[in-house]
Amino acid sequence: MDSLIDLLPELWTATYETLYIVALTLFFGGLGGLLVGLGLYLTRAGSILENKPLFYVLNLLVNFIRPIPFIIFLAAAQPLARAVTGSGIGNNAIVFTIALAASFAMARIVEQNLLTVTPGVIDAARSVGAGPIRIIFTVLLPEALGPLILGYTFIFVALVDMSAVAGYVGGGGLGNFALQYGYRQFNPIVTWAAVLLIIVLVQFVQFLGNYLARKALRR
Amino acid sequence: MAVVSLRNVGKVYPPTTKDTASVTAIDGVSLDVEAGDIYGIIGYSGAGKSTLVRLVNALERSTSGEIWVNGQNIADLRERDLRQVRLGIGMIFQQFNLLGSRTVARNVAYPLEVAGHPKEQRADRVAELLDFVGLADKAGSFPDQLSGGQKQRVGIARALATQPSILLADEATSALDPETTHEVLALLKRVNAEFGVTIIVITHEMDVIQTIATKVAVMDQGRVIERGPVFDVFSNPQSAASARFVSTVVKGVPSPSELAVLRERHAGRIVTLAFRDDTVDQGAVFGELARAGVVFEVVYGGINEIQGRPFGHLTLALTGADLVIEQVLAHIRTLTTVTEVR
Repeated sequence: MDSLIDLLPELWTATYETLYIVALTLFFGGLGGLLVGLGLYLTRAGSILENKPLFYVLNLLVNFIRPIPFIIFLAAAQPLARAVTGSGIGNNAIVFTIALAASFAMARIVEQNLLTVTPGVIDAARSVGAGPIRIIFTVLLPEALGPLILGYTFIFVALVDMSAVAGYVGGGGLGNFALQYGYRQFNPIVTWAAVLLIIVLVQFVQFLGNYLARKALRR
Repeated sequence: MAVVSLRNVGKVYPPTTKDTASVTAIDGVSLDVEAGDIYGIIGYSGAGKSTLVRLVNALERSTSGEIWVNGQNIADLRERDLRQVRLGIGMIFQQFNLLGSRTVARNVAYPLEVAGHPKEQRADRVAELLDFVGLADKAGSFPDQLSGGQKQRVGIARALATQPSILLADEATSALDPETTHEVLALLKRVNAEFGVTIIVITHEMDVIQTIATKVAVMDQGRVIERGPVFDVFSNPQSAASARFVSTVVKGVPSPSELAVLRERHAGRIVTLAFRDDTVDQGAVFGELARAGVVFEVVYGGINEIQGRPFGHLTLALTGADLVIEQVLAHIRTLTTVTEVR
Protein backbone atom coordinates (compact mmCIF):
# COMPACT_ATOMS: atom_id res chain seq x y z
CA MET A 1 0.00 0.00 0.00
CA ASP A 2 2.82 2.37 0.90
CA SER A 3 4.46 1.70 -2.43
CA LEU A 4 1.22 2.68 -4.16
CA ILE A 5 1.20 5.98 -2.29
CA ASP A 6 4.80 6.56 -3.36
CA LEU A 7 3.78 5.81 -6.92
CA LEU A 8 0.81 8.19 -6.99
CA PRO A 9 2.54 10.83 -9.18
CA GLU A 10 3.42 8.11 -11.70
CA LEU A 11 -0.15 6.79 -11.52
CA TRP A 12 -1.58 10.21 -12.38
CA THR A 13 0.88 10.64 -15.22
CA ALA A 14 -0.06 7.21 -16.52
CA THR A 15 -3.77 8.06 -16.29
CA TYR A 16 -3.17 11.26 -18.18
CA GLU A 17 -1.21 9.38 -20.85
CA THR A 18 -3.97 6.82 -21.25
CA LEU A 19 -6.53 9.61 -21.67
CA TYR A 20 -4.25 11.32 -24.16
CA ILE A 21 -3.76 8.19 -26.24
CA VAL A 22 -7.41 7.20 -26.09
CA ALA A 23 -8.65 10.70 -26.93
CA LEU A 24 -6.38 11.04 -29.96
CA THR A 25 -7.03 7.52 -31.23
CA LEU A 26 -10.75 7.95 -30.73
CA PHE A 27 -10.58 11.08 -32.87
CA PHE A 28 -8.36 9.74 -35.66
CA GLY A 29 -9.55 6.14 -35.51
CA GLY A 30 -13.16 7.28 -35.26
CA LEU A 31 -12.76 9.56 -38.25
CA GLY A 32 -10.96 6.85 -40.23
CA GLY A 33 -13.63 4.33 -39.27
CA LEU A 34 -16.38 6.70 -40.29
CA LEU A 35 -14.77 7.27 -43.70
CA VAL A 36 -14.02 3.63 -44.40
CA GLY A 37 -17.44 2.56 -43.03
CA LEU A 38 -19.21 5.13 -45.18
CA GLY A 39 -17.12 3.95 -48.11
CA LEU A 40 -18.19 0.35 -47.53
CA TYR A 41 -21.83 1.34 -47.18
CA LEU A 42 -22.01 3.72 -50.13
CA THR A 43 -20.20 1.51 -52.64
CA ARG A 44 -21.99 -1.75 -51.86
CA ALA A 45 -24.36 -3.21 -54.47
CA GLY A 46 -27.58 -1.22 -54.75
CA SER A 47 -26.33 1.74 -52.71
CA ILE A 48 -26.27 5.34 -53.88
CA LEU A 49 -22.63 5.31 -55.04
CA GLU A 50 -22.44 1.66 -56.02
CA ASN A 51 -18.91 0.83 -57.11
CA LYS A 52 -18.03 -2.84 -57.17
CA PRO A 53 -14.22 -2.62 -57.48
CA LEU A 54 -13.91 -0.02 -54.71
CA PHE A 55 -16.21 -2.01 -52.44
CA TYR A 56 -14.19 -5.13 -53.13
CA VAL A 57 -10.90 -3.41 -52.24
CA LEU A 58 -12.27 -1.81 -49.05
CA ASN A 59 -13.93 -5.01 -47.95
CA LEU A 60 -10.76 -7.03 -48.52
CA LEU A 61 -8.65 -4.46 -46.68
CA VAL A 62 -10.93 -4.49 -43.65
CA ASN A 63 -11.08 -8.26 -43.59
CA PHE A 64 -7.30 -8.40 -43.96
CA ILE A 65 -6.44 -6.12 -41.06
CA ARG A 66 -9.20 -6.85 -38.55
CA PRO A 67 -8.26 -10.45 -37.65
CA ILE A 68 -4.60 -9.60 -36.90
CA PRO A 69 -4.08 -9.84 -33.11
CA PHE A 70 -3.36 -6.33 -31.91
CA ILE A 71 -0.05 -7.15 -30.24
CA ILE A 72 1.23 -8.58 -33.53
CA PHE A 73 -0.24 -5.67 -35.47
CA LEU A 74 1.77 -3.32 -33.23
CA ALA A 75 4.97 -4.99 -34.31
CA ALA A 76 3.95 -5.41 -37.94
CA ALA A 77 2.88 -1.80 -38.34
CA GLN A 78 6.00 -0.41 -36.65
CA PRO A 79 7.84 0.48 -39.87
CA LEU A 80 4.78 2.35 -41.09
CA ALA A 81 4.45 4.13 -37.74
CA ARG A 82 8.11 5.13 -37.96
CA ALA A 83 7.64 6.45 -41.48
CA VAL A 84 4.62 8.52 -40.50
CA THR A 85 5.46 9.76 -36.99
CA GLY A 86 9.28 9.68 -37.18
CA SER A 87 9.65 7.09 -34.43
CA GLY A 88 8.78 3.42 -33.99
CA ILE A 89 8.26 3.76 -30.26
CA GLY A 90 6.64 6.21 -27.85
CA ASN A 91 3.16 7.60 -27.56
CA ASN A 92 2.88 9.14 -31.04
CA ALA A 93 3.78 5.88 -32.75
CA ILE A 94 1.30 4.12 -30.49
CA VAL A 95 -1.43 6.62 -31.30
CA PHE A 96 -0.83 6.08 -35.00
CA THR A 97 -0.91 2.30 -34.77
CA ILE A 98 -3.98 2.16 -32.54
CA ALA A 99 -5.85 4.67 -34.73
CA LEU A 100 -5.05 2.57 -37.77
CA ALA A 101 -6.28 -0.65 -36.20
CA ALA A 102 -9.33 1.10 -34.72
CA SER A 103 -10.25 2.57 -38.11
CA PHE A 104 -10.81 -0.86 -39.58
CA ALA A 105 -12.60 -2.20 -36.53
CA MET A 106 -14.82 0.88 -36.42
CA ALA A 107 -15.46 0.72 -40.18
CA ARG A 108 -17.44 -2.49 -39.76
CA ILE A 109 -19.45 -1.05 -36.88
CA VAL A 110 -20.24 2.10 -38.89
CA GLU A 111 -21.20 0.01 -41.93
CA GLN A 112 -23.52 -2.18 -39.84
CA ASN A 113 -25.17 0.82 -38.20
CA LEU A 114 -25.73 2.56 -41.52
CA LEU A 115 -27.35 -0.59 -42.86
CA THR A 116 -30.05 -0.25 -40.20
CA VAL A 117 -31.26 2.95 -41.90
CA THR A 118 -34.36 2.05 -43.94
CA PRO A 119 -33.56 2.27 -47.66
CA GLY A 120 -36.95 3.95 -48.06
CA VAL A 121 -35.84 7.18 -46.36
CA ILE A 122 -32.96 7.39 -48.83
CA ASP A 123 -35.49 6.99 -51.66
CA ALA A 124 -37.54 9.78 -50.07
CA ALA A 125 -34.49 12.06 -49.96
CA ARG A 126 -33.54 11.22 -53.55
CA SER A 127 -37.13 11.85 -54.66
CA VAL A 128 -36.92 15.47 -53.51
CA GLY A 129 -33.62 15.97 -55.35
CA ALA A 130 -31.04 15.38 -52.61
CA GLY A 131 -27.56 14.38 -53.81
CA PRO A 132 -25.18 11.87 -52.17
CA ILE A 133 -23.31 14.35 -49.94
CA ARG A 134 -26.54 15.83 -48.63
CA ILE A 135 -27.97 12.36 -48.06
CA ILE A 136 -24.91 11.42 -45.97
CA PHE A 137 -25.20 14.45 -43.71
CA THR A 138 -28.98 14.90 -43.52
CA VAL A 139 -30.22 11.33 -43.70
CA LEU A 140 -27.64 8.60 -43.10
CA LEU A 141 -25.70 10.02 -40.16
CA PRO A 142 -28.67 11.60 -38.30
CA GLU A 143 -30.86 8.51 -38.78
CA ALA A 144 -28.11 6.18 -37.54
CA LEU A 145 -26.89 8.54 -34.79
CA GLY A 146 -28.14 6.49 -31.80
CA PRO A 147 -26.49 3.22 -32.85
CA LEU A 148 -23.39 5.13 -34.00
CA ILE A 149 -22.95 6.64 -30.54
CA LEU A 150 -23.19 3.16 -29.02
CA GLY A 151 -20.69 1.95 -31.62
CA TYR A 152 -18.22 4.67 -30.66
CA THR A 153 -18.72 3.86 -26.99
CA PHE A 154 -17.92 0.25 -27.78
CA ILE A 155 -14.78 1.21 -29.68
CA PHE A 156 -13.72 3.50 -26.80
CA VAL A 157 -13.51 0.47 -24.52
CA ALA A 158 -11.50 -1.35 -27.17
CA LEU A 159 -9.17 1.66 -27.39
CA VAL A 160 -8.51 1.60 -23.64
CA ASP A 161 -7.73 -2.09 -24.04
CA MET A 162 -5.39 -1.46 -26.99
CA SER A 163 -3.63 1.42 -25.22
CA ALA A 164 -2.91 -0.90 -22.27
CA VAL A 165 -1.49 -3.57 -24.57
CA ALA A 166 0.66 -0.89 -26.18
CA GLY A 167 2.41 -0.56 -22.85
CA TYR A 168 4.29 -3.71 -23.87
CA VAL A 169 5.99 -2.00 -26.77
CA GLY A 170 7.02 1.24 -25.18
CA GLY A 171 3.78 3.16 -24.97
CA GLY A 172 2.91 4.96 -21.76
CA GLY A 173 -0.32 4.86 -19.83
CA LEU A 174 -2.02 2.71 -17.27
CA GLY A 175 -1.11 -0.53 -19.04
CA ASN A 176 2.54 0.30 -18.89
CA PHE A 177 2.15 1.43 -15.28
CA ALA A 178 0.52 -1.87 -14.25
CA LEU A 179 3.22 -3.88 -16.00
CA GLN A 180 6.18 -1.89 -14.79
CA TYR A 181 5.28 -1.21 -11.17
CA GLY A 182 2.75 -3.96 -10.48
CA TYR A 183 3.41 -7.09 -12.45
CA ARG A 184 7.21 -6.91 -12.63
CA GLN A 185 7.58 -5.88 -8.97
CA PHE A 186 5.15 -8.53 -7.72
CA ASN A 187 2.87 -5.86 -6.32
CA PRO A 188 -0.75 -6.82 -7.05
CA ILE A 189 -2.10 -3.76 -5.23
CA VAL A 190 -0.42 -1.49 -7.78
CA THR A 191 -1.73 -3.63 -10.63
CA TRP A 192 -5.22 -3.50 -9.23
CA ALA A 193 -5.05 0.25 -8.73
CA ALA A 194 -4.46 0.62 -12.47
CA VAL A 195 -7.20 -1.87 -13.24
CA LEU A 196 -9.61 -0.02 -10.98
CA LEU A 197 -8.92 3.28 -12.69
CA ILE A 198 -9.48 1.68 -16.06
CA ILE A 199 -12.79 0.22 -14.87
CA VAL A 200 -13.91 3.61 -13.54
CA LEU A 201 -12.97 5.26 -16.83
CA VAL A 202 -14.78 2.67 -18.93
CA GLN A 203 -17.88 2.76 -16.73
CA PHE A 204 -18.06 6.53 -16.94
CA VAL A 205 -17.76 6.55 -20.73
CA GLN A 206 -20.26 3.70 -21.12
CA PHE A 207 -22.81 5.61 -19.02
CA LEU A 208 -22.19 8.74 -21.04
CA GLY A 209 -22.54 6.82 -24.32
CA ASN A 210 -25.78 5.17 -23.21
CA TYR A 211 -27.17 8.51 -22.11
CA LEU A 212 -26.32 10.25 -25.39
CA ALA A 213 -27.63 7.36 -27.47
CA ARG A 214 -30.88 7.42 -25.51
CA LYS A 215 -31.18 11.11 -26.21
CA ALA A 216 -30.51 10.58 -29.91
CA LEU A 217 -33.07 7.79 -30.06
CA ARG A 218 -35.48 9.71 -27.79
CA ARG A 219 -36.17 6.62 -25.69
CA MET B 1 -51.15 17.85 -72.91
CA ALA B 2 -49.62 14.77 -71.42
CA VAL B 3 -47.48 15.69 -68.41
CA VAL B 4 -46.06 12.18 -68.20
CA SER B 5 -45.63 10.21 -71.36
CA LEU B 6 -43.97 6.82 -71.54
CA ARG B 7 -42.89 5.56 -74.95
CA ASN B 8 -42.12 1.87 -75.23
CA VAL B 9 -40.35 1.88 -71.87
CA GLY B 10 -38.44 -1.18 -70.72
CA LYS B 11 -36.57 -2.08 -67.55
CA VAL B 12 -34.40 -5.17 -67.52
CA TYR B 13 -32.40 -6.15 -64.44
CA PRO B 14 -29.11 -7.83 -65.31
CA PRO B 15 -28.51 -11.34 -63.94
CA THR B 16 -27.46 -11.28 -60.29
CA THR B 17 -25.25 -14.35 -60.68
CA LYS B 18 -23.84 -16.24 -63.63
CA ASP B 19 -26.52 -18.91 -63.44
CA THR B 20 -29.60 -16.69 -63.34
CA ALA B 21 -31.28 -15.04 -66.29
CA SER B 22 -31.92 -11.32 -66.56
CA VAL B 23 -35.32 -10.18 -65.27
CA THR B 24 -37.65 -8.05 -67.36
CA ALA B 25 -39.59 -5.89 -64.91
CA ILE B 26 -41.14 -3.53 -67.47
CA ASP B 27 -41.79 -4.77 -70.97
CA GLY B 28 -42.46 -2.06 -73.54
CA VAL B 29 -44.94 0.13 -71.70
CA SER B 30 -46.45 3.20 -73.37
CA LEU B 31 -48.69 5.41 -71.28
CA ASP B 32 -49.96 9.00 -71.36
CA VAL B 33 -50.98 10.81 -68.21
CA GLU B 34 -52.81 14.07 -68.93
CA ALA B 35 -52.60 17.15 -66.73
CA GLY B 36 -55.14 16.93 -63.92
CA ASP B 37 -55.58 13.15 -64.15
CA ILE B 38 -55.67 10.88 -61.16
CA TYR B 39 -54.21 7.94 -63.00
CA GLY B 40 -54.46 4.59 -61.23
CA ILE B 41 -52.09 1.76 -62.04
CA ILE B 42 -53.26 -1.55 -60.62
CA GLY B 43 -51.67 -4.97 -60.65
CA TYR B 44 -50.73 -7.89 -58.43
CA SER B 45 -47.40 -7.99 -56.57
CA GLY B 46 -44.60 -8.40 -59.07
CA ALA B 47 -46.60 -6.97 -61.96
CA GLY B 48 -44.04 -4.16 -62.26
CA LYS B 49 -46.22 -1.26 -61.17
CA SER B 50 -43.88 0.02 -58.44
CA THR B 51 -40.91 -0.20 -60.77
CA LEU B 52 -42.89 1.70 -63.39
CA VAL B 53 -43.69 4.60 -61.07
CA ARG B 54 -40.08 4.74 -59.85
CA LEU B 55 -39.00 5.24 -63.46
CA VAL B 56 -41.05 8.44 -63.65
CA ASN B 57 -38.79 10.25 -61.15
CA ALA B 58 -35.81 8.10 -62.12
CA LEU B 59 -35.34 6.53 -58.69
CA GLU B 60 -34.72 3.62 -61.01
CA ARG B 61 -33.39 4.04 -64.53
CA SER B 62 -35.10 2.60 -67.58
CA THR B 63 -33.11 0.40 -69.92
CA SER B 64 -35.04 1.32 -73.07
CA GLY B 65 -37.67 3.75 -74.36
CA GLU B 66 -38.44 7.38 -73.62
CA ILE B 67 -39.86 8.92 -70.47
CA TRP B 68 -41.23 12.41 -71.06
CA VAL B 69 -41.95 14.44 -67.94
CA ASN B 70 -43.24 17.98 -68.41
CA GLY B 71 -41.90 17.97 -71.96
CA GLN B 72 -38.42 16.67 -71.12
CA ASN B 73 -37.13 13.19 -71.89
CA ILE B 74 -35.57 12.16 -68.60
CA ALA B 75 -34.44 8.73 -69.76
CA ASP B 76 -31.10 10.13 -70.93
CA LEU B 77 -30.49 12.62 -68.13
CA ARG B 78 -27.56 12.23 -65.75
CA GLU B 79 -28.19 11.82 -62.01
CA ARG B 80 -27.02 15.39 -61.38
CA ASP B 81 -29.52 16.87 -63.86
CA LEU B 82 -32.31 14.68 -62.53
CA ARG B 83 -32.27 16.48 -59.18
CA GLN B 84 -33.85 19.54 -60.79
CA VAL B 85 -36.52 17.38 -62.46
CA ARG B 86 -37.34 15.68 -59.15
CA LEU B 87 -38.22 19.02 -57.53
CA GLY B 88 -41.24 19.05 -59.83
CA ILE B 89 -42.36 15.54 -58.84
CA GLY B 90 -43.53 14.71 -55.33
CA MET B 91 -43.62 11.15 -54.07
CA ILE B 92 -45.31 9.34 -51.20
CA PHE B 93 -44.59 5.80 -50.07
CA GLN B 94 -46.24 2.76 -48.54
CA GLN B 95 -43.98 2.92 -45.47
CA PHE B 96 -44.17 6.76 -45.38
CA ASN B 97 -40.36 7.03 -45.22
CA LEU B 98 -40.26 10.01 -42.89
CA LEU B 99 -36.95 10.97 -41.31
CA GLY B 100 -37.17 9.68 -37.74
CA SER B 101 -34.50 12.08 -36.52
CA ARG B 102 -36.51 15.13 -37.58
CA THR B 103 -39.71 16.65 -36.28
CA VAL B 104 -42.82 16.75 -38.46
CA ALA B 105 -42.12 20.38 -39.38
CA ARG B 106 -38.50 19.65 -40.31
CA ASN B 107 -39.57 16.67 -42.40
CA VAL B 108 -41.89 18.91 -44.38
CA ALA B 109 -39.14 21.53 -44.64
CA TYR B 110 -36.65 19.00 -46.01
CA PRO B 111 -37.45 19.38 -49.74
CA LEU B 112 -37.33 23.17 -49.28
CA GLU B 113 -33.84 22.90 -47.76
CA VAL B 114 -32.75 20.75 -50.67
CA ALA B 115 -34.23 23.24 -53.14
CA GLY B 116 -32.36 26.04 -51.37
CA HIS B 117 -35.32 28.09 -50.12
CA PRO B 118 -34.33 30.70 -47.53
CA LYS B 119 -35.12 29.80 -43.94
CA GLU B 120 -37.80 32.45 -43.31
CA GLN B 121 -39.84 31.35 -46.32
CA ARG B 122 -39.58 27.72 -45.27
CA ALA B 123 -41.38 28.25 -41.96
CA ASP B 124 -44.35 29.93 -43.65
CA ARG B 125 -44.65 27.24 -46.30
CA VAL B 126 -44.38 24.45 -43.70
CA ALA B 127 -47.14 26.03 -41.58
CA GLU B 128 -49.33 26.36 -44.66
CA LEU B 129 -48.79 22.71 -45.64
CA LEU B 130 -49.37 21.31 -42.15
CA ASP B 131 -52.55 23.34 -42.00
CA PHE B 132 -53.66 21.88 -45.32
CA VAL B 133 -53.17 18.28 -44.14
CA GLY B 134 -54.71 19.07 -40.73
CA LEU B 135 -51.61 18.51 -38.63
CA ALA B 136 -50.75 22.05 -37.54
CA ASP B 137 -50.72 20.89 -33.90
CA LYS B 138 -48.16 18.14 -34.63
CA ALA B 139 -45.40 20.38 -36.01
CA GLY B 140 -43.07 19.63 -33.09
CA SER B 141 -43.84 15.89 -32.86
CA PHE B 142 -41.55 13.17 -34.11
CA PRO B 143 -42.79 10.63 -36.69
CA ASP B 144 -42.77 7.75 -34.20
CA GLN B 145 -45.34 9.62 -32.11
CA LEU B 146 -47.85 9.66 -34.99
CA SER B 147 -50.41 7.14 -36.25
CA GLY B 148 -50.08 5.63 -39.72
CA GLY B 149 -52.64 7.98 -41.24
CA GLN B 150 -50.94 11.01 -39.68
CA LYS B 151 -47.55 9.84 -40.98
CA GLN B 152 -48.92 9.59 -44.50
CA ARG B 153 -50.42 13.06 -44.21
CA VAL B 154 -46.96 14.35 -43.25
CA GLY B 155 -45.65 12.43 -46.27
CA ILE B 156 -48.16 14.23 -48.47
CA ALA B 157 -47.26 17.62 -46.98
CA ARG B 158 -43.57 16.88 -47.60
CA ALA B 159 -44.23 15.74 -51.17
CA LEU B 160 -46.11 18.96 -51.90
CA ALA B 161 -43.57 21.31 -50.31
CA THR B 162 -41.89 22.43 -53.52
CA GLN B 163 -45.23 22.78 -55.34
CA PRO B 164 -44.71 19.92 -57.76
CA SER B 165 -47.06 19.47 -60.71
CA ILE B 166 -46.95 15.69 -60.39
CA LEU B 167 -47.45 13.46 -57.34
CA LEU B 168 -46.48 9.79 -57.35
CA ALA B 169 -48.25 7.60 -54.78
CA ASP B 170 -46.56 4.21 -54.45
CA GLU B 171 -49.00 1.97 -52.55
CA ALA B 172 -49.62 4.98 -50.32
CA THR B 173 -52.56 3.45 -48.48
CA SER B 174 -51.55 -0.21 -48.43
CA ALA B 175 -50.27 -0.04 -44.85
CA LEU B 176 -53.40 1.71 -43.57
CA ASP B 177 -56.74 0.45 -42.28
CA PRO B 178 -59.84 1.00 -44.48
CA GLU B 179 -61.07 4.08 -42.67
CA THR B 180 -57.66 5.80 -42.67
CA THR B 181 -57.26 4.77 -46.30
CA HIS B 182 -60.35 6.75 -47.19
CA GLU B 183 -59.14 9.78 -45.23
CA VAL B 184 -55.86 9.75 -47.10
CA LEU B 185 -57.59 9.22 -50.45
CA ALA B 186 -59.93 12.13 -49.72
CA LEU B 187 -56.85 14.26 -49.03
CA LEU B 188 -55.28 13.21 -52.33
CA LYS B 189 -58.50 14.16 -54.08
CA ARG B 190 -58.24 17.63 -52.53
CA VAL B 191 -54.61 17.89 -53.65
CA ASN B 192 -55.78 17.18 -57.18
CA ALA B 193 -58.79 19.49 -57.08
CA GLU B 194 -57.32 22.45 -55.18
CA PHE B 195 -53.76 22.51 -56.53
CA GLY B 196 -54.35 20.87 -59.90
CA VAL B 197 -51.65 18.31 -59.16
CA THR B 198 -51.58 15.34 -61.53
CA ILE B 199 -51.49 12.16 -59.45
CA ILE B 200 -50.26 8.71 -60.39
CA VAL B 201 -51.54 6.12 -57.92
CA ILE B 202 -50.01 2.66 -57.69
CA THR B 203 -52.13 0.10 -55.88
CA HIS B 204 -53.25 -3.50 -55.73
CA GLU B 205 -56.63 -2.51 -54.28
CA MET B 206 -59.44 -1.89 -56.75
CA ASP B 207 -61.22 0.02 -53.98
CA VAL B 208 -58.55 2.73 -54.23
CA ILE B 209 -59.06 3.01 -57.99
CA GLN B 210 -62.83 3.14 -57.54
CA THR B 211 -62.56 5.88 -54.93
CA ILE B 212 -60.22 8.38 -56.58
CA ALA B 213 -58.93 7.45 -60.02
CA THR B 214 -60.23 8.98 -63.23
CA LYS B 215 -58.26 6.65 -65.47
CA VAL B 216 -56.81 3.24 -64.85
CA ALA B 217 -54.17 0.98 -66.36
CA VAL B 218 -54.07 -2.70 -65.45
CA MET B 219 -50.58 -4.20 -65.33
CA ASP B 220 -49.56 -7.83 -65.57
CA GLN B 221 -46.07 -9.27 -66.04
CA GLY B 222 -44.50 -5.91 -66.83
CA ARG B 223 -47.07 -4.94 -69.45
CA VAL B 224 -50.14 -2.74 -69.49
CA ILE B 225 -52.89 -5.14 -70.51
CA GLU B 226 -55.82 -2.77 -70.32
CA ARG B 227 -56.35 0.95 -69.87
CA GLY B 228 -59.07 3.52 -70.07
CA PRO B 229 -61.50 5.67 -68.09
CA VAL B 230 -62.26 3.97 -64.79
CA PHE B 231 -65.97 3.68 -65.59
CA ASP B 232 -65.30 1.80 -68.81
CA VAL B 233 -62.90 -0.69 -67.26
CA PHE B 234 -65.24 -1.28 -64.31
CA SER B 235 -68.39 -1.68 -66.32
CA ASN B 236 -66.86 -3.66 -69.14
CA PRO B 237 -63.45 -5.21 -68.34
CA GLN B 238 -61.79 -6.71 -71.41
CA SER B 239 -59.17 -8.98 -69.85
CA ALA B 240 -59.43 -11.76 -67.31
CA ALA B 241 -57.08 -9.97 -64.91
CA SER B 242 -59.11 -6.75 -65.07
CA ALA B 243 -62.32 -8.72 -64.52
CA ARG B 244 -60.77 -10.30 -61.42
CA PHE B 245 -59.83 -6.89 -60.02
CA VAL B 246 -63.28 -5.51 -60.78
CA SER B 247 -64.90 -8.50 -59.09
CA THR B 248 -63.09 -7.64 -55.83
CA VAL B 249 -65.25 -4.55 -55.40
CA VAL B 250 -68.20 -5.16 -57.71
CA LYS B 251 -70.64 -8.01 -57.25
CA GLY B 252 -71.33 -8.75 -60.88
CA VAL B 253 -72.14 -12.06 -62.47
CA PRO B 254 -72.40 -15.07 -60.10
CA SER B 255 -69.55 -17.58 -60.25
CA PRO B 256 -70.29 -21.21 -61.21
CA SER B 257 -70.30 -22.34 -57.57
CA GLU B 258 -72.59 -19.47 -56.55
CA LEU B 259 -74.86 -20.36 -59.48
CA ALA B 260 -75.18 -23.92 -58.30
CA VAL B 261 -76.46 -22.67 -54.95
CA LEU B 262 -78.89 -20.27 -56.66
CA ARG B 263 -80.23 -23.01 -58.93
CA GLU B 264 -80.89 -25.22 -55.95
CA ARG B 265 -82.83 -22.52 -54.19
CA HIS B 266 -84.87 -21.19 -57.12
CA ALA B 267 -86.93 -23.35 -59.42
CA GLY B 268 -87.70 -20.88 -62.23
CA ARG B 269 -85.57 -19.18 -64.85
CA ILE B 270 -82.60 -17.14 -63.79
CA VAL B 271 -81.27 -14.23 -65.88
CA THR B 272 -78.63 -11.56 -65.37
CA LEU B 273 -79.39 -8.03 -66.54
CA ALA B 274 -76.70 -5.41 -67.13
CA PHE B 275 -77.36 -1.80 -66.14
CA ARG B 276 -75.33 1.19 -67.31
CA ASP B 277 -76.59 4.59 -66.34
CA ASP B 278 -77.04 6.39 -69.62
CA THR B 279 -78.21 3.41 -71.64
CA VAL B 280 -80.64 1.52 -69.42
CA ASP B 281 -83.72 2.71 -67.55
CA GLN B 282 -84.23 0.40 -64.56
CA GLY B 283 -87.78 1.61 -64.14
CA ALA B 284 -88.66 0.57 -67.70
CA VAL B 285 -87.18 -2.91 -67.25
CA PHE B 286 -88.96 -3.65 -64.00
CA GLY B 287 -92.14 -2.07 -65.35
CA GLU B 288 -92.17 -4.62 -68.18
CA LEU B 289 -91.90 -7.48 -65.72
CA ALA B 290 -94.65 -6.10 -63.50
CA ARG B 291 -97.03 -5.46 -66.42
CA ALA B 292 -96.55 -9.02 -67.69
CA GLY B 293 -97.35 -10.32 -64.22
CA VAL B 294 -93.99 -12.07 -63.86
CA VAL B 295 -92.95 -12.46 -60.24
CA PHE B 296 -89.25 -11.73 -59.87
CA GLU B 297 -86.75 -11.89 -57.07
CA VAL B 298 -83.31 -10.24 -57.08
CA VAL B 299 -80.98 -13.08 -56.08
CA TYR B 300 -77.51 -11.72 -56.83
CA GLY B 301 -75.62 -8.59 -57.87
CA GLY B 302 -75.59 -4.92 -57.05
CA ILE B 303 -75.46 -1.40 -58.40
CA ASN B 304 -72.22 0.56 -57.98
CA GLU B 305 -71.34 4.13 -58.52
CA ILE B 306 -68.12 5.02 -60.32
CA GLN B 307 -67.39 8.72 -60.66
CA GLY B 308 -71.03 9.55 -60.07
CA ARG B 309 -72.31 7.12 -62.70
CA PRO B 310 -74.20 4.03 -61.57
CA PHE B 311 -73.72 0.65 -63.19
CA GLY B 312 -74.07 -2.95 -62.17
CA HIS B 313 -75.51 -6.38 -62.76
CA LEU B 314 -78.68 -7.82 -61.25
CA THR B 315 -79.49 -11.51 -61.39
CA LEU B 316 -83.22 -12.26 -61.18
CA ALA B 317 -85.15 -15.45 -60.49
CA LEU B 318 -88.39 -15.32 -62.51
CA THR B 319 -91.62 -17.15 -61.73
CA GLY B 320 -94.54 -17.35 -64.19
CA ALA B 321 -95.85 -19.03 -67.32
CA ASP B 322 -93.03 -19.97 -69.73
CA LEU B 323 -94.60 -18.20 -72.68
CA VAL B 324 -95.15 -14.98 -70.77
CA ILE B 325 -91.56 -14.99 -69.50
CA GLU B 326 -90.30 -15.62 -73.02
CA GLN B 327 -92.28 -12.66 -74.34
CA VAL B 328 -91.21 -10.24 -71.64
CA LEU B 329 -87.56 -11.22 -71.94
CA ALA B 330 -87.70 -10.58 -75.67
CA HIS B 331 -88.94 -7.12 -74.83
CA ILE B 332 -86.30 -6.46 -72.21
CA ARG B 333 -83.56 -7.55 -74.65
CA THR B 334 -84.34 -4.41 -76.61
CA LEU B 335 -83.62 -2.34 -73.50
CA THR B 336 -80.47 -3.99 -72.12
CA THR B 337 -78.17 -7.01 -72.24
CA VAL B 338 -79.82 -10.14 -70.86
CA THR B 339 -77.65 -13.13 -69.97
CA GLU B 340 -79.55 -16.37 -69.68
CA VAL B 341 -78.31 -18.24 -66.58
CA ARG B 342 -80.93 -20.97 -66.68
